[in-house]
Amino acid sequence: MKRVLVQAADFDAGAELAALNLPGVGGIGSFIGTVRGGGGLVALELEHYPGMTERALEKIAGEALARWDLAGCTVIHRFGRLEPEQNIVFVGAASAHRGDALAATAFLIDWLKTSAPFWKREIFAGGEARWVEAREADDAAAAAWTK
Amino acid sequence: MTKLLYFAWLREKLGTAEEEIDLPPACKTVGELIGWLQSRGPAYEAAFGQSKSVRCAVDQEFARADAAIAGAAEIAFFPPVTGG
Repeated sequence: MKRVLVQAADFDAGAELAALNLPGVGGIGSFIGTVRGGGGLVALELEHYPGMTERALEKIAGEALARWDLAGCTVIHRFGRLEPEQNIVFVGAASAHRGDALAATAFLIDWLKTSAPFWKREIFAGGEARWVEAREADDAAAAAWTK
Repeated sequence: MTKLLYFAWLREKLGTAEEEIDLPPACKTVGELIGWLQSRGPAYEAAFGQSKSVRCAVDQEFARADAAIAGAAEIAFFPPVTGG
């Protein structure tokens, strides 16, 4: 099972985990990215590249299914205006055993961060706004999976 | 005609999200196209001047500076991605 969604709406993480509990599954790994508040942040605006985004996420999910013994994996990424503590991204991977589920989950979020065309803009109290800059640590985390 | 798309701060600096152009015959690669775009005026110079922070996708696949652009329907320019 491969489930990829790009949407403005929130997701129901409980329902997504339940959907990954497929026959033969003994473990489900998941990661949820949320908007980190603090420092006067009012909201994040997530821009993306419609069309390419879906293709990129499909490719990342397909790569996880090819590399690990998975019964299913799910990738959901939101766009638009999101406020602190709101959900941004859900990735989940289900397998017979925990090793593949946990490794695939880490791979999905690491690769997504550097391979899916999303851009975050931080909006602060007072109205100023700033594009988030890419982090070298994210590139290193993604590159580690190619070794 | 080829559709050029701009995202995030490139879109803001150029004041447009997309435009249609005829690719100049002399531009064979992404890098050559960036060089040509830089010469189109102050806004383009501001957006493409720091070419190290500009990424590209040709027909919705990430493409490096040496990638060929002949026959492309859609070429997008954007900063390094920051999703997740």
